[in-house]
Amino acid sequence: MRDISFGQYYAAESVVHRLDPRLKLILTIAYMVLVFFIQTFFGFGILFVFVLAVTFSARIPPLRLLRSLRTILILLLFTISITLLFYHNSAETPIAEWWIFSFYRSGFINSGLLACRLVLLIIGPTLLTLTTTPVSLTDAIESLLKPLSWIKIPVHAFAMIMSIALRLIPTLSEETHKIIAAQKARGANFDSRNPFKRAKALIPILIPLFVSSFRRADELAYAMDSRCYKGAKGRTRMKVMRFAWRDLFAFLVFGALFFGILLLRYNWWNWDWVRLITQW
Amino acid sequence: MGIITFNNVSYTYNAGTEDAVSAVKGVSFEINEGEFVALAGHNGSGKSTLAKLANGLLLPRKGRVTVDGIDTFDKKRIFDVRRTAGVVFQNPDNQMVASIIEDDVAFGPENIGLAPREIRARVDWALDAVGMRAYAKATPFRLSGGQKQRVAIAGVLALKPRVMILDESTAMLDPIGREEVMTVIKKLNRDENVTIVLITHFMEEAAQADRIIVLNDGKIALSGGREIFSRADELAAIGLDVPLPSRIARRLQENGLELPDGIVTQDDLINALEVCAKKCP
Ligand SMILES: Nc1ncnc2c1ncn2[C@@H]1O[C@H](COP(=O)(O)OP(=O)(O)O)[C@@H](O)[C@H]1O
Ligand SMILES: [Mg+2]
Repeated sequence: MRDISFGQYYAAESVVHRLDPRLKLILTIAYMVLVFFIQTFFGFGILFVFVLAVTFSARIPPLRLLRSLRTILILLLFTISITLLFYHNSAETPIAEWWIFSFYRSGFINSGLLACRLVLLIIGPTLLTLTTTPVSLTDAIESLLKPLSWIKIPVHAFAMIMSIALRLIPTLSEETHKIIAAQKARGANFDSRNPFKRAKALIPILIPLFVSSFRRADELAYAMDSRCYKGAKGRTRMKVMRFAWRDLFAFLVFGALFFGILLLRYNWWNWDWVRLITQW
Repeated sequence: MGIITFNNVSYTYNAGTEDAVSAVKGVSFEINEGEFVALAGHNGSGKSTLAKLANGLLLPRKGRVTVDGIDTFDKKRIFDVRRTAGVVFQNPDNQMVASIIEDDVAFGPENIGLAPREIRARVDWALDAVGMRAYAKATPFRLSGGQKQRVAIAGVLALKPRVMILDESTAMLDPIGREEVMTVIKKLNRDENVTIVLITHFMEEAAQADRIIVLNDGKIALSGGREIFSRADELAAIGLDVPLPSRIARRLQENGLELPDGIVTQDDLINALEVCAKKCP
């Protein structure tokens, strides 16, 4: 059985894996904003090249990346066909017709752009979670949100809850399987077609699960107390997140990309070559 | 004065309500530094309550508990108490807070605010001491019970406690896991001079301690060295079994074989029988 608390983390030795998770998180957010600024195939092309470069330097098999797109496949097909069928400028004449539908040039272009945007939007966070464990993501969020604790928001407590939840997911899922097996052995039927019966069959699973979760929580609290836990106050960390040269490098590469894309969009200096390539 | 002292300690759960359970009743004893003490007793005799009283997780309703001279009622020094006396609990799954083994072991030292480098050193040392260094970066999920429990021990050990209390920490393990854990704690006791309080209802395990305290219904029923195993009737009366080698030795004695008292482990029995066989061919 796979350890679910690792999410879809793909273990490998790479620069991308070793980047500061805080930086990765911020860059991913910036990347997603960037995706919305792009309005040309050329811009999307640049971003695709960038994504491929990151994938290869992270030593992630491209197939893994494609797999993450499966989840949005239906959404993708749906939006593409809707745009294709219904999008057009008022002055446009159809370039093809079929049955009751008419197809327009702008419909093709826009559905293509939309597909690129959706795919790239999904790929960004996927790359993040493929190269960063949920645990380091939690640490990164805690570290980034630390300023909020000055206005009395219990950032540390939330992060602690999060990491304990991550830690307990595999334990509880194992326990759930055991309870299901035990109830089956007593003749419980989980395969009924009737949705009410199926929902009812969940009760003898959920109740023991709840009871044992509370017992676990109680014991865990004792164990944490016993190991001197007293919240964020006076607590240090073994693994200090420190900015390294590779982080600066990643930051500069991404900064250049960001700047380039925005230049393509706004062309502040009215350069002719920019106008030329953004025509397509 | 002992490193842990109980002075006429009583504890009642849900005191003052109708669900009140008197779990520990006027218990006094003392544990000296470097000792290996076993605390035995059947289910519900108050062992876990005693363990929690010993590092301030519970506070006595009556009497006083001190750890290295510090009263567990002393709120300001409660973390000194917990650093001095660490508890390893029964279920390793319910003691781990982190998804990566070294992060879990680091939890204690992080809580007491040590410098990152010192934490690293302690984590490596603790994992070495329990023989789990090779798994530092792994997840606890796939480990065997014995390995998980050794990680839990490392988690407490990283605080460098002078006393380690193990509350039935072997009860959920298979024989191999039990052996692993017993080997680790005996090594800690011998090499690092960690005082061990081993709570158990396996008499074979209790027999490996220097001193045994037997609890019954919240009170100390018997205490002493391994000679208490010769008091088989008293042990049986409070629901504990005498180790099999002791029973065999007793039956052989009753049938006229000249065996020494205090045979508890298989090795004792084998040695005694060998000596006996040489004496009377
Ligand atoms: N949280 C609790 N609330 C109420 N009663 C408890 C609680 N924990 C233990 N007890 C009761 O206290 C007595 C001693 O329990 P415990 O110290 O756990 O014994 P042992 O560890 O030897 O099995 C038992 O009768 C038990 O039912
Ligand atoms: Mg107990």
